Amino acid sequence: MRKAVLIAIPYLWLVALFLVPFLIVLKISLSDIALARPPYMPQLDLTQGWAGLTAFFSELDLDNFAFLATDDLYWKSYLSSLRIAALSTLITLAVGYPIAYGMARADHAWRPTLLMLVILPFWTSFLIRVYSWMGILSNEGTLNTVLQWLGVINEPLQIMNTPTAVYIGIVYTYLPFMVLPIYSALEKLDDSLLEAAEDLGCSRFTAFWLVTWPLSRSGIVAGCFLVFIPALGEFVIPSLLGGSSTLMIGKVLWEEFFNNRDWPVASAVAVILLLILIIPIVLFQRNEQKAREAEG
Amino acid sequence: MAQTVFAPWTDPVQKPLIEFRNVSKRFGDFTAIDNLSLTIYEKEFFALLGPSGCGKTTMMRMLAGFETISGGHILLDGQEISAVPPNKRPVNMMFQSYALFPHLSIWDNIAFGLKREGRDAAFIDERVDEMLRLTRMSRFARRKPHQISGGQRQRVALARSLAKAPKLLLLDEPLGALDRKLREETQFELMDIQEKTGTTFVIVTHDQEEAMTVASRIAVMDEGRIVQVDTPDQIYEAPNSVYVADFIGDVNLFSGTATARPVDMAAAPEPTVALDAEATAPRHDAALRDTVEANTATAQRLPAPDRKGDWLYDKLFRRFMGSRETAPRRLPPPSPAEVAAARAREAPARPADSAPAIKPGGILVDWADGQPPIIAANGDTAVAGEKVTFSIRPEKVTIDAEQPDRPNAYKGKVIDIAYLGNISTFHVELANGTMVKAQMVNARRLANRHITWEDEVWIGFSETAGVVLKD
Repeated sequence: MRKAVLIAIPYLWLVALFLVPFLIVLKISLSDIALARPPYMPQLDLTQGWAGLTAFFSELDLDNFAFLATDDLYWKSYLSSLRIAALSTLITLAVGYPIAYGMARADHAWRPTLLMLVILPFWTSFLIRVYSWMGILSNEGTLNTVLQWLGVINEPLQIMNTPTAVYIGIVYTYLPFMVLPIYSALEKLDDSLLEAAEDLGCSRFTAFWLVTWPLSRSGIVAGCFLVFIPALGEFVIPSLLGGSSTLMIGKVLWEEFFNNRDWPVASAVAVILLLILIIPIVLFQRNEQKAREAEG
Repeated sequence: MAQTVFAPWTDPVQKPLIEFRNVSKRFGDFTAIDNLSLTIYEKEFFALLGPSGCGKTTMMRMLAGFETISGGHILLDGQEISAVPPNKRPVNMMFQSYALFPHLSIWDNIAFGLKREGRDAAFIDERVDEMLRLTRMSRFARRKPHQISGGQRQRVALARSLAKAPKLLLLDEPLGALDRKLREETQFELMDIQEKTGTTFVIVTHDQEEAMTVASRIAVMDEGRIVQVDTPDQIYEAPNSVYVADFIGDVNLFSGTATARPVDMAAAPEPTVALDAEATAPRHDAALRDTVEANTATAQRLPAPDRKGDWLYDKLFRRFMGSRETAPRRLPPPSPAEVAAARAREAPARPADSAPAIKPGGILVDWADGQPPIIAANGDTAVAGEKVTFSIRPEKVTIDAEQPDRPNAYKGKVIDIAYLGNISTFHVELANGTMVKAQMVNARRLANRHITWEDEVWIGFSETAGVVLKD
């Protein structure tokens, strides 16, 4: 009984905060746009009993999904989002792995401090941090001013409102999510494994490649998903740093919802996005489970 | 069939496989290894033994190439190797934690070193299978390290380090993680494998039993120095210092001043005789009387009625003979004649009188006031007049209820008994408060043993059982 209650709590949580909202979104995505409040129809009218219910269901259709396929804006946005998310995940990995490696190899006394430094940015609001990047990257921003003062460039670099700014923003924002799982995998790594590899004839580099890298794989995979999944639906960073030139599905979704007030299409976009994300989420779960099994 | 004794270190023609020449290692201000020289021969099973922090692991890591040396030379087969990186040395190491690669199967773990050598697949297959057979792990080749037991991991680690057929195999506390029973089995297995492969093994351990069991020679280390290098039996029976004696096994230590013993027993009276006579002359009779009295308590000396007699008396005779006295009747104290007879009986057993049987020469160790000095016939007379420590192993100390026929005998009281099953260690407190450990093999069942706590006992040991060590 106690066990059932304990298991029920997370499930209730999931049902209330994920499944129910999702079903609502799904319902809206199958509805049609209407100049009404709420701005879609049909509305479920339970006062008419069974007839109302059948009438409601008979009016639901997949028109919005068909519409997404006809306009190339949507699939281009999805593709662009996937590309930006994948590329920024790779960049984050390239930046984050050395950081995690350095942290894991640092003196024991230093590690808590280094961990603290990685987590520190979270103490400031995400929005404020993205806005400050605007201050840094804009044409009159800190970066251009310093570079011009140093004489490296004579006219400001156009970074703001380009995909580069989006990459910078995503890599910066999600770096801790990459560093922490890799660090935790590397920290568990027994130094004697590397010595054993060297003892058996490996050079430092082959020892890294044959031992350290495969053993930090679970951390790498976890970090990549933790960056890739939220980056795919990212909205704040592309809309603040990317300007109009960056196409990302999160931004499209926002515009459909708030600018066009087309809730059904916006919901359809959201449903497709979720379906796209389910694949990496399932893969991520698998990886976690494998890692747990390997430890056990 | 008599086998030739394996002792290359006694042969001056033999070239050592490993040579440490005045090797030093410093970590900052701390000197881990201090100007150390050592030779290890081919096919040896050499043990580096010492407490943690004595530098034994540093020595091993220098051999493997994981530590650079601060001074001196390390030679392997006559070649200087101190500058050779670990992956280029014909030396392999079995790590204390085994350091098996968790992401690789047992087979791949063993093949790891061979693959790095760029051997062809057929050779690797054959060699890995051979190693698996040697360590009886063939059935587990496809498993991952976390799917096998600690003992099996130990064997895989051994197989992996032997796969490349190194000239020298280093074992860093290889059995530390195993339980006692498995450890003992594995020790014999290690010796067996060492013999089969003919590889030179250097083992680092803090477990002296392990070192004694497996090693052909042991180097006892302390604070970055080697205190003694010798065969296990020599280390145990002839330690060269108090440190070694105390570190290896259990030991009784008596510090005192040495005096030379006359070589010719007839020429000078034994000082012990005088001391002994002086110490025991008045007491002896009293002791003897005690013995006689104690004897009277036993049935054959005391004319006491048995239960039937009691009953008969109580029922029948009491009426006309009065109440029976209940206090045990005592015999009168022994007459002088009786004492003399008893003394005559016991006399040959007394060490003072058996002096001619004691080996002449050696030294006496005067270790406590009021106690006869220890006779050490094997002591070096050169130390006469100096402060020395007499060391004797508990199993060489006997324990008796009566004064034993031994050159060295001291009276004491049993304070503690450590019963270990096969043997018992008695902690005996001598008259001056010194605690002495004496060991007895429990050849009889517990119920038949007669010495127990608080008993007055005699400990004894022969004149050659101990070792005299200079302080």
